[in-house]
Amino acid sequence: MLTVTSIKKGIVIDHITAGLGFRLMKYLKLNKASFPVALISNVPSKKYEKKDIIKIQDLIEFDLAKIGLIDPNITISFIDGGRTIRKVNVQLPNKVEDVIICKNPRCITSIEKNVSHKFELVDGKTKTYKCCYCEDFQKEITI
Amino acid sequence: MNVKKKAIKNGGKSMLMTNRDLINTLDFSIEEQESILSIAQKIILRPVDFANSLNGKIMGSLFFEPSTRTRLSFEAAMHRLGGAVIGFSEQNASSVSKGESLRDTIQTVAQYSDVIVMRHPKEGAPVFASKYSEVPIINAGDGGREHPTQTLTDILTIRSKMGKLNNLTIGLCGDLKFGRTVHSLVKNISRYPNINFIFVSPKELEIPDYIKNYLNENQIEYKEMENLEEAIQHMDVLYMTRVQKERFFNEEDYIRLKDSYILDTLKMKLAKKNMIILHPLPRVNEISYDVDSDPRAMYFKQTKYGMVVRMALLYKILHQESFKQL
Repeated sequence: MLTVTSIKKGIVIDHITAGLGFRLMKYLKLNKASFPVALISNVPSKKYEKKDIIKIQDLIEFDLAKIGLIDPNITISFIDGGRTIRKVNVQLPNKVEDVIICKNPRCITSIEKNVSHKFELVDGKTKTYKCCYCEDFQKEITI
Repeated sequence: MNVKKKAIKNGGKSMLMTNRDLINTLDFSIEEQESILSIAQKIILRPVDFANSLNGKIMGSLFFEPSTRTRLSFEAAMHRLGGAVIGFSEQNASSVSKGESLRDTIQTVAQYSDVIVMRHPKEGAPVFASKYSEVPIINAGDGGREHPTQTLTDILTIRSKMGKLNNLTIGLCGDLKFGRTVHSLVKNISRYPNINFIFVSPKELEIPDYIKNYLNENQIEYKEMENLEEAIQHMDVLYMTRVQKERFFNEEDYIRLKDSYILDTLKMKLAKKNMIILHPLPRVNEISYDVDSDPRAMYFKQTKYGMVVRMALLYKILHQESFKQL
């Protein structure tokens, strides 16, 4: 089995749905990072059969809501001194602002300048969000 | 201008409705809606009692999209209450044609007026406008989404002509996909007891899923049919709609679907004797002119109710003493 050494200080993003790891790397711009980062793909998992893991040897800041849109199954562990100091289960955010854009060509957001694109979660199972202006539904939302 | 609006509007469950927005058809509770209908009935009986009730008030009338009935009925309503009207009837007559944003237009007009009535071709425009307005916003139609004051008109007409708002089978025919008046009416009147619906439309223009989901969640019965002759005999109210050219991106689709249903005297022979026909107007071909003389045709009487119910709405929103008087 492939082995990646544990990190002393940094972040471990675990339980990423197999195949989404690289998209998450790109979203977090970790593919251009100056510090050590490891993407481990197709790791055997009891819960999901296969998963991806990202290990980051630095403490970076990111928006948990946006990460939840990419993959709500993710868990994030913050490591310091070789020990987990905080663990977060990412969830689909109930509200998102300026993350996704309304695709309804009849929506006011399609013509108005300087307008925030706001959405509310309608159905977590189908990842369906509702535009707060035109109330159009968008299913299988991802970024 | 009432600068206290933001503190009060949409905040209370009480019947005090001064300074409230009306953007979606469900913004007012049944009790609040009944209080508007009650005022409307009083206006019908004794309009002189309300003739000067909005003296000194100004309504901003912002129509970014053409309208005959809605705009004129709102303006007539304001004049009949003793108020005044400013605004424009097409966006080319405003600074929007110079590229001004909706946000800036609203913030400007809100400085001149006590209430803004707006129609806009884009969906959600009144929601957006309400965030930047210091005065109440009344939605006079936004794209294919909502038209709450047409619904108040429809409901006042049904109440006045049928004598009730419960135990009714309401048929809706034509463009049920883009017809904003259809969506608003279904959501609103389904709050009354024992209302069920028959939707008659071609497949391409059927009622949207979100409306069906709303009805399913609230356990309200409905049927979808394609044949008006089969459906009409079961209806207490028939709500006809126009296939709207302006909602199509493809003219070929419009031409193919525009004459899907035409209500004529032969079909009316199949309907109940006391059924009423409503239509938000304008009509194109969907109701034959022969039907106009049928006593069940209510679509022109409906326009008068439209003005009356808008008087009642403006009175409730702008008249500071309206709550005390009632």
